[in-house]
Amino acid sequence: MKPFTYERPASPAEAAAAAARHPAAKFIAGGTNLLDLMKLQIEAPPHLIDVNGLGLDGIEPMAGGGLRIGALVRNTDLAADARVRRDYALLSRALLAGASGQLRNKATTAGNLLQRTRCPYFYDTNMACNKRQPGSGCAAIGGVSRQLAVIGHSEACIATNPSDMAVALRALDAAVETIAADGATRSIPMADFHRLPGDTPQRETALRPGELITAVTLPAPVGGRQIYRKVRDRASYAFALVSVAAIVQRDGSARVALGGVAPRPWRVEAAEPEVARGAGPAMRAILDGARPTHENAFKVTLAERTLGAVLAEARG
Amino acid sequence: MKFDTPATTNPIDRMTLVGQPLDRIDGRLKTTGKAAYAYEHQDAVRRHAYGYVLGAAIAKGRITAMDLAAARAAPGVLAVVTAANAGPLDKGEMNTAPLLGGPQVDHYHQAIALVVAESFEQARDAALAIRVDYARAEGAYDLAAARDTAEKVKQSASATGDFERAFAAAPVTLEATYTTPDQSHAMMEPHASIAAWDGDALVVWTSNQMIAWGAGELAKTLRMPREKVRLISPFIGGGFGGKLFLRADALLAALGARAAGRPVKVALQRPLVANNTTHRPATIQRIRLGAGQDGRITAIGHESWSGDQKGGQPETAVDQTRLLYAGANRLTQLRLAVLDLPEGNAMRAPGEAPGLMALEIAMDEMAEKLGLDPVEFRILNDTQVDPNDPKRPFSQRQLVECLRLGAERFGWRQRNPRPGQARDGRWLTGLGVAAAFRNNLVMKSGARIRLNSRGGITVETDMTDIGTGSYTIIAQTAAEMMGVGMDQVTVRLGDSSFPASAGSGGQWGANSATAGVYAACVKLREAVAQALGFNSADAVFEGGEIRAGNRRVALGQAAGAAELVVEDSIEFGDLDKRYQQSTFGAHFVEVAVDSATGEARIRRMLAVCAAGRILNPKTARSQVIGAMTMGVGGALMEELAVDRRHGFFVNHDLAGYEVPVHADIPHQEVIFLDETDPVSSPMKAKGVGELGLCGVAAAIANAVHNATGVRLRDYPITLDKYLDRLPELA
Repeated sequence: MKPFTYERPASPAEAAAAAARHPAAKFIAGGTNLLDLMKLQIEAPPHLIDVNGLGLDGIEPMAGGGLRIGALVRNTDLAADARVRRDYALLSRALLAGASGQLRNKATTAGNLLQRTRCPYFYDTNMACNKRQPGSGCAAIGGVSRQLAVIGHSEACIATNPSDMAVALRALDAAVETIAADGATRSIPMADFHRLPGDTPQRETALRPGELITAVTLPAPVGGRQIYRKVRDRASYAFALVSVAAIVQRDGSARVALGGVAPRPWRVEAAEPEVARGAGPAMRAILDGARPTHENAFKVTLAERTLGAVLAEARG
Repeated sequence: MKFDTPATTNPIDRMTLVGQPLDRIDGRLKTTGKAAYAYEHQDAVRRHAYGYVLGAAIAKGRITAMDLAAARAAPGVLAVVTAANAGPLDKGEMNTAPLLGGPQVDHYHQAIALVVAESFEQARDAALAIRVDYARAEGAYDLAAARDTAEKVKQSASATGDFERAFAAAPVTLEATYTTPDQSHAMMEPHASIAAWDGDALVVWTSNQMIAWGAGELAKTLRMPREKVRLISPFIGGGFGGKLFLRADALLAALGARAAGRPVKVALQRPLVANNTTHRPATIQRIRLGAGQDGRITAIGHESWSGDQKGGQPETAVDQTRLLYAGANRLTQLRLAVLDLPEGNAMRAPGEAPGLMALEIAMDEMAEKLGLDPVEFRILNDTQVDPNDPKRPFSQRQLVECLRLGAERFGWRQRNPRPGQARDGRWLTGLGVAAAFRNNLVMKSGARIRLNSRGGITVETDMTDIGTGSYTIIAQTAAEMMGVGMDQVTVRLGDSSFPASAGSGGQWGANSATAGVYAACVKLREAVAQALGFNSADAVFEGGEIRAGNRRVALGQAAGAAELVVEDSIEFGDLDKRYQQSTFGAHFVEVAVDSATGEARIRRMLAVCAAGRILNPKTARSQVIGAMTMGVGGALMEELAVDRRHGFFVNHDLAGYEVPVHADIPHQEVIFLDETDPVSSPMKAKGVGELGLCGVAAAIANAVHNATGVRLRDYPITLDKYLDRLPELA
């Protein structure tokens, strides 16, 4: 951990302004990922802006029937919220499938969206990693890749996004509200929030330098059977090999997003009509263009079988 | 005390305390956080500093340049230790690669520097500022690729009868190859030490299973007199064999403290544990079984390949196959390849644990081929004598009883012998069984006992408690022998200034160390009797008194104003040559496999163990359920993933190296058969801590086969290995 300075602003605008003054600063909320990365010097921000005091910890109904979830709402609180459990069960289930009780007590909504990959080569500073050190190469390609991406990756990076919550948010058509240093606010659809790596895998989101997440918004409830199925080697406290977030309506139409397979939550809206024809055709369309390694080719099969089980459960 | 004839009746047989399920006497200290572990003895030293270990970034080669300037100039830095400035160092007998590398690098994350600073954070920051240039050398990192270069290990070879001919002639045969991966001990407490010098004398608070070995090895490595080194290790947060030996934390703490002129504490950072320390080496095992149509084994052959650093050791995965089943024609052989991965060494039940992972699947496969129930097949091939030397009996062998009782209690009859038939909703369910076997080793062990004027007993021995319950069973032993209550006994462990003990390893600790305490207590009983005018042969020690006829005197009277101090040790004769001493068990497991995703989950487990007298059924049970849990890890998830290009274990933290969590372990039951083994020691006990692991993974693999019909021979059994072979979804 490099020495760093620290401040604790009182408002979102102040926080964004502080970020403008300290271009290499990081916002810190729960710190469940950032602190680990700082100890390993994978992240070495010279300045931390603690956003825990910004009052962004409420869950408010929105006009039109949606919910606005403050950036600082803890994962535990979000998963337990009665409105979320009733109207957005997918989100609650995804949250509870992630991490551990202790981590969820600390981890925040915005922090969850910004957690970094769990690629083991990203975590070992002796290894080449374009995400950690742009231009150094990717030691994961040709290496131990069982957990890594099968689609959406690039020659520069085959890491996956580890979040469960983000997969649910993607299926729920959530959006991310932000504030910039100049006070400007905007709303970024989840579809655009996480970037694909291309040749700049170090840039993981659509956030601009210093831009602060203030909330995540959910549109009006869409109903349907909402299932989050996370497949992993042990029963709890493990990252997904594959996860399937599905919202299946009575008429058979469905939304499907995948976790564990790509650098971002993986959803292909254009493929969703295929769900009516079954898990096989649907997954072939969703994972069209997949380029797995020999170690993770099973994920393609696993995704299809998992979707099949989810659809059977939804219709059962 | 020499133990060279089978034990007769002795005071332990009273079993008023020994054999009772007493709570741990150190339980309160542990649950209230008051038990001080290695890194927590800062109150024992003044003004300690912190060390941070820098591990090599390559697996093999040389350091060509090391720029320490930035580290030395960093805030708070007191010293930077490297091989270039550490002074001449020797190497411990039990270390294969040097603990402080440079300029030669022998394996990834071999320690190449220690930075000592005022704070941990300063030391870490400075260590990461060290710039190292390397000249990489080609290395061998792939056991399968190196298999053909492996050389036969002479002492492992055994042959009885004519295996090849019998195997060729057998009406029913099985030949299969099994693999087990490299595994990490992944103990909760990383290797940690605090070192303090007083002139030319060194004290190290550390976390080590074998105090006398550790003190000797540290003295040898530092080229100093053994008597100038003191190791203290009262509590150990798990070892599993990873702390049998001197490791880098202790050496570097000593070197750092010398360089800084201050006490220094060093804990191996979690990412270093997998590659810096030892691990259980991967194996490739070839098993050949031949049997008659009647199911009797006529030929049993087991060969195993493993790799290690040059000069290292093989994983002795074939040893149990010499003894577990009958059969006139037998063959075992180990082969060892040179690999440049980190050092392989003992991990809980070395040899038997990976050996049974393979052998007990093979037995299941063979039973299937013969159309026999796997329990009955094993019973049919039981032997009560060493099959290589029929004049040599087992001291006790209740494998058949374990299997029969386990089958009855577990509901084995419910198992459908046709695999892939049992369903419970979306789950495919199956039952599996495996035999458990682990040899019983005995080791010389000493103890000192003090009796004070109030009748209080203090036991001092360098025996360790690695979470197993040593404190408690030693107190039970002393209290039983001296006829006092548990509250009258104080146990002091893990200090090299105490008499050398068996230490904790190879499941020899409980039996050997309590036998050493027994020996010292016999001596104390004689001393008490003599001091108080009793004839020790007919005196009874009970209720804090010595009694004969109508005369009774409080024990404390024997101590007078001072203490009465005795010391003795148990030394074992050749009973382990005349008798084969082993422990036995049977593991039964029910698994459920998700019919869609292939996720395999344990539903329930039962272990039946026959391991001599159980000194404390509560702590013994804890050891066995812990071992069963470790077996679940070995079966379903644990694998150090090798990067075959860079030569290291990639998943070197507890996020990447998965071990079971609570949700993986729903129900475990342990049954101990009522057994005493007078050949093992005066305690008539044996070990259980490793037995509990042996066979578990194979029972799970066999249950997965019963559930799915898929035979898996490569551990861990993860869904990617059989997803495409699962039964069609309904």
